[in-house]
This record gives sequence, C-alpha cells and structure tokens, in this order.
Amino acid sequence: MFGAGGGTSAYVEAEHADLLVLWGSNARETHPIFFHHVLQGLKSGTRMYSVDPRRTSTAQWADAWLGLDVGTDIALANAIGRELIHAGLVNEPFVRRATTGFDEYRATVEPYTLERAEEITKVPAELIRELAHAYGRADRAQICWTLGITEHHNAADYVFALINLALLTGHVGRYGSGLVPLRGQNNVQGGGDMGAIPAKLPGGYDLGDAEARARYEAAWGATISPKPGMHLSQMFEAMETGRLRALYCIGENPAESEANATHARHMLEGLDTLVVQDIFRTATAELADVVFPAAADWCEYEGTVTNSERRVQRVRKAIDPPGLARPDTHIICNLADRLGANWGEPTAEQVWDELRSVSLNWHHGMSYERLDALGGLQWPCPDEDHPGTPLLHARLWAENEADRGVPAAFQPVEHVPPVDTLTDDFPIRLTTVRVLDGYNSGVQTGGYSSPLRRRESLRMDATDAAQLGIVNGERVRVVSRRGAVEAPVWFDPALRPGLASFTPHFTEEVDVNVLTNDAWDPKSGTSEFKATAIRIEKLPSAVPAAGE
Amino acid sequence: MTITEPVLLGGIRRLVTLTVDGTEVRVPEGATILDAMPDGDTPTLCWAPNLNPINACRVCVVEVEGSRVLVPSCARKAEDGMVVNTDSERVRHSRRMVLELLASSTDMSQASPDVQRWMDEYGVDAERYGPPAPPADDRDTRHAGHHHTPDGTTAETVAQPVKIDNDLYVRDYSRCIMCYKCVKACGTDAQFTFAISAAGRGFDARIATEMNNPLPDSACVYCGNCIGVCPTGALKSVSEHELREAGDWHPEEETVTTTICSFCGVGCNLELHVQQGQIVNVTSPSDHSVTHGHLCIKGRFGFQHVQNLPEERRG
Repeated sequence: MFGAGGGTSAYVEAEHADLLVLWGSNARETHPIFFHHVLQGLKSGTRMYSVDPRRTSTAQWADAWLGLDVGTDIALANAIGRELIHAGLVNEPFVRRATTGFDEYRATVEPYTLERAEEITKVPAELIRELAHAYGRADRAQICWTLGITEHHNAADYVFALINLALLTGHVGRYGSGLVPLRGQNNVQGGGDMGAIPAKLPGGYDLGDAEARARYEAAWGATISPKPGMHLSQMFEAMETGRLRALYCIGENPAESEANATHARHMLEGLDTLVVQDIFRTATAELADVVFPAAADWCEYEGTVTNSERRVQRVRKAIDPPGLARPDTHIICNLADRLGANWGEPTAEQVWDELRSVSLNWHHGMSYERLDALGGLQWPCPDEDHPGTPLLHARLWAENEADRGVPAAFQPVEHVPPVDTLTDDFPIRLTTVRVLDGYNSGVQTGGYSSPLRRRESLRMDATDAAQLGIVNGERVRVVSRRGAVEAPVWFDPALRPGLASFTPHFTEEVDVNVLTNDAWDPKSGTSEFKATAIRIEKLPSAVPAAGE
Repeated sequence: MTITEPVLLGGIRRLVTLTVDGTEVRVPEGATILDAMPDGDTPTLCWAPNLNPINACRVCVVEVEGSRVLVPSCARKAEDGMVVNTDSERVRHSRRMVLELLASSTDMSQASPDVQRWMDEYGVDAERYGPPAPPADDRDTRHAGHHHTPDGTTAETVAQPVKIDNDLYVRDYSRCIMCYKCVKACGTDAQFTFAISAAGRGFDARIATEMNNPLPDSACVYCGNCIGVCPTGALKSVSEHELREAGDWHPEEETVTTTICSFCGVGCNLELHVQQGQIVNVTSPSDHSVTHGHLCIKGRFGFQHVQNLPEERRG
C-alpha cells in the first residue's frame, strides 16, 4: 500500500506511544526483547490492547483483551473502521491529502456494525467500541502483529484490514504511530529485501520496474524475466502437476514446516532431484538426493541480517564450522562455477557491495564500515552521508503535495471465514502457537536444555475436556480432515471452550502439520496454519492418569 | 495537533558546569556526577549503564561541598556550580570500608579485574576482621532477632552451598554483595518477571525466590538478565560454573564476537564469548538500542546447536 514491505517504526517508539494494539501477536513470548520496549511504555503510562483468540502472557499485560474467534480479525477490524467513521474519529485532513479510496472503504465497512461484529467474532460490542475510540483518540498509536494475522488463507487481506485503520486515523508516518509486523525469523525481512519475494528484485524494486531491472541485468550480465517466479505454495502445486521436478532447498525444512505435511512429503519424495543445504540433517534432508552441509552463518561466517525495524546488522564469525560445513555463499558460488558461470569465491563484503551498487535507495549508503560503527542502519539509506530511516512514510505528512508522493490506497476487504470449517464432525478449532523457549520446527531449540520445556501436548480448555470425559494428561487422538495424531492433553487456562492448540516445536513427538490445512493465500502464498478444524477422540484403551 | 517530525521527548537539555577535583566539567542537565567523570575511574558495584541507579553499595560516593554526608555519584544529578571531590581522605576512607566489609563477608574472587584493582588502590585488608566463618546451610531460614552474639574469633560471612537446581544457571550466593542489580533486571528495569527479590533483614538479607523455592518452581523464565548484570559471579551459567570447577576456565584466552541472534526477527545483538573454540557465555552490549544489554532464554542459552563440544562431552 505504501510501496515498501517493512515495519514503519523503530522499536524505541513503542516506549513513547500512547496506545499499542498487539494483534495476533504474543510478543511477550515470541519477541521478548521487543516486548521489553513495550513494557517500558506500559511503565510510563502507555495503554495496550491484546487482540488474540488466546488469553496469552501478552494479554495478561493488556488494559483489555479482545478474545476473538480464530479467523474473524477482518470483521473486527472493519467494525472498528466503521465505528471510527460513525464516531467522527477519522483524521479527515490526512485521509484527504495522503490516501485514496476512502469512499469505497466506507461502503465496504458500513455493514460491519458493532452488533454484527460481536456475532462473528464473539468479542463484546462494547469492547470493540472501546478499542475503536481508544485508537481513534490516541495521539500516537501502533498496531503490532505477527503470525496470528499472517497465517491465514487470506493473510494479505488481514494485513490490509489493519493498515486501513492506520490510514483512517493517520497513525502512520509519525513518531510513535505506526504499523509494526514483527518478523518471525532473524532475517525474514532481509530475505524478502534481497529478492526472495518472487515479484521483487533485491532492494524492494518491483520486478516489473523496467529501469531497475535493466540496472540489475547490467550488473549481473544476465537477463531477468519480468514475470514473477513461484512462491513456496505454488511450487508445491507445480510439483503436484509435475511441472516442477527439481528443488534446491536452502535453510528450510518443508517436510516438517509445511501445512498438510503428509502431502508435502509425498510431493518432495516424487521429485527427480532434491538438493538440501542446511546446518542440520533435517527431515527434508533425509529425503534429499544431495545434501550440502552449511555453516551456521550467524556465528560461523560473515554477513548481514535485517530485523523487524528494517535495521541491517552484521553477523560475524565467532567459531569454526564443523566438519565439511561451509558458508552458504561459498556453496552457491561453487555450484555456479560447476554450472559454467565464473563466480569465484567472493567475500561476504564483496557480495554486499554488489548489492549496494544496485539497491540504490535502500542499501547504497550501508558500507560494512558504517554498519560496524553505527550498530546497524535502517533502510532506506541511499548514500553514505544518510543516517538511515528509523521512521518510514513520514512523507505522507508533507505539506507539499509533490513531497507527499503517491498517496496510500485503502484496500477494502471482506471477512471470509477459514477454509477449514467447523462442523459436527470437526467441532474444535485448532491453532498453532509458539512458546518462549521453542522456535519453529525445533531443530535449533531442540539442542539446548530448557527448564521451561514440557512434553508436547494438545492444549485445550478444561470444560471441553470434561464434556469428552478426558482428564488432564490423558493421551487422545486428534483428527483433522487431512490426518490424525496422538498426543497427551494439557488444560491451558489461556484457551476458551472450542479452542485447542499445538506448538510446531516438537515434530518428533507430535507431527502437528499432518493436521494443518495447506489452503493458501493467493496474495502472499501463506498457508492457513492458524485455523484447523479438528475433533478430539478418546483412545479406546485409555489408561487413567495417575491418581484417578 | 499533528507532529510531522520525530519529537525529542524530554526536550533539549542545557549544559551545567561543575567542578570535579578542581577541573571544570560541562555535562547535559540531568546527567549524574558519575557521568561527569572519566570512564572507569570511579569504583561502582551496584551501578550499570542499562539499569536505573540503585544506590545500594555506596562505593561510588564523593564529597560535594555544602553537603553534610557523602553522596552516591551514580544517582546524584550534577548541578550548576557544584564542587565535587572524588579523592579526599573522607572519600577514600569510605570507599575502603565499603570494599573491605564486602570482601570480609563475601567471596569477591570472581569480581571483575576493575574491582580487584580498586581494592588494591584503596588498600583493602579484609583479613584484619579475622578468619572467615565457615559456610552455613541455614541462611535461607534465619529470622531477624534470632541470633547469638558472635564470639569475635571469626569474621561473619555469607558463605553457603552453591544452589544448582536447573540446567541453565547457578546461584552462588557466597559471592552475593546484595547490589540488587539482578532484582532490577528481573523486575522493572527490563524483564518484568519478578521471580526474585530481597528477603530477610540485616546481615541475613539475601536475594530469594518467593518462599525460597527452587528456580524451576518460581516465576523465572531463564532470560539470564540477572547473570548479565551480576558484578561478582554470584549468578553464572552452568557451563561457566562447570568449566571453572573443572579448572578449565581460561578468561585470558577468551574472544568476544558481536553478532545477531539466529532466532526471532527482533535482531538482538549477541556477544559470543568463546574459549577454546566453544561458546562459554552469551551477553549483549548494554549500549545497543535493540536490547539495552538484555536477552531472552533463546538468545542467551540457545546456542547448543552450533556448539563444537570436545568428543568426551558430546551426548
């Protein structure tokens, strides 16, 4: 909407905001050091709302918790938008000067009355009204989100629904106000910035931008197709149709991390060639024809990563990689040499400087020397005298129309329920969650001993369990439309009736993605990890738990 | 009102001029006396750049003209026209007494080289209070007023067995000087977990979990931010404790490399402390805007997946 895919605000701004909305984010556990900034804000009077199906450890710090049903966030956001409009809390000068499409947005949200939103989301109308008014009246307000927003079959629409609220109120482009997507991995921002998004060139240029493409073609001595490649979900579809026969997989474990894992594994097994480059012999590597052992670049080689505030920072070599493991760039360049290109073995800094020579707006001014001296720089940083950009989109507030540039467009979106519908056969909503001491499929966090760790369990509500005659700790069978797993249950007070959760951290104990739905978002390619319909079955030979 | 430029919260600060040991110094209004002095010259124990001043140890005291008592330089704001003496006999005597009493009752042998240097500088002689009393195993349960008068043959100490109740860190309270930094880091200065606090009174005062429970039964989330601020080695990682016990601790060979954590997208700066090819500790720079020196359990302890352990220690 703004022409740049990155969080708008520096972390420190959370300490000075008047209102923070943590939406689909349990930052207390999943982004603990960002949450330190939130806590400093709370200490000095910042108000915080938590929008989450679970009453998480983040929600416990909130002024109020909006415990909505999984997959109803757009209805909630649209109702907040409608309330802002009807209560006269729209920042009209901002909407007039810096946005387009307001009338269409107003028409789209008009049917989302507070009452209808309560019916869809199960959040009391009065609470929705309270959040709308708090957000509309705050001087400085941020919306921060994580996978609760982005792991849905229409994930991009979820994000649009939140951005619309910031456009309505002008809570973007000013210090303390902003839109903050908290990235799940230490370089998911950087990976996207470097062109891992199929429709983008490195440095955030659209693939369709002929001028930028020509510059990259000149630097690389190769032609670049203006047609975007495939994202991961499309690749799996192409494997299914037989169009994609070979896969080179770097630092990703799709055999465990993909939704509907049984299907994903079947697809990977059917490939003519699977090459895996990883620091571990992952479940995906087990299926590979060739495995390249890679160094852990964050401590065994040099380079950069980019965080959720767009700060590019240096990673450095502290220890030697084990055995035959080598840095990713060396493996890739050697492979290119074998394929007939002559890439040599450039240093990490040489690779970075090549990027800087073509990423003229975002990265041009970020020499290794400056990154070292300044503790990182936030893009855009177009030249070596530029201090970096902690606050994005300030241009939208410029007095002069030419300085304001392209206005930000409202993207009206409709509530569409999760694909995996709840029925009498599958009456419970399963959502995947993460915990403080675990990380994604657990290949890294499995390595250290955490006193907080418990065996993987189906977390569920005690009243649901009572109805099924299940006791705490009992082993049950969890069935979705795609598969079934067995696991012990654990009563989690964060959950409400009708809601259950698994973490993805312990696939060797519970292969959770056998259950999840691979229905994916056509705009972002993300699968619907957050909304699976399940039923919970008692095991026939269930042994009573101790003490029963 | 709409503010379009980044606002300077706190406003523009004017400079104040004070005299420190006869030299005029100018610092921004709001700075402390400690800020006005050259780095490393003033002894500090309970002060840290990433914590609010605690005022517990009194080792940084200075003499301010017109002030009846010595003032803690870490907390006292510099004022225009202030005249400060940092090296008067009164200051030297006070600092020596603070260090001497701490050294007579606690094990300071793992405090930083700076602390060892200050003890030499101020002529600390901890032994003049007599030989240290033997370790006690009842320090967690003593009650105020339930004491026998000491016979004076030994110097009372806080010596006690090391608490090892989890896989990540140990609490060696024989080394605890009650500086409260760990309490602050666990509480309102960073982590807001409040797993530990001060318990007991007088010489029995100690840092404890609620009801003296073992850490795994406390609110602790193992961020290790208490370890990060501990000045005496009372709190340390199990790996450091084990290497020290085995005589395998080689700080003189240690390299420290700053990199970025490999987990979530916050981008915390990590300082990897490496001895003999192994990561032995992880800290974070206190002056970096992302972490202010504080980490979570994954950043501080989640490095075993890249650890190059010697053959005999591999599981």
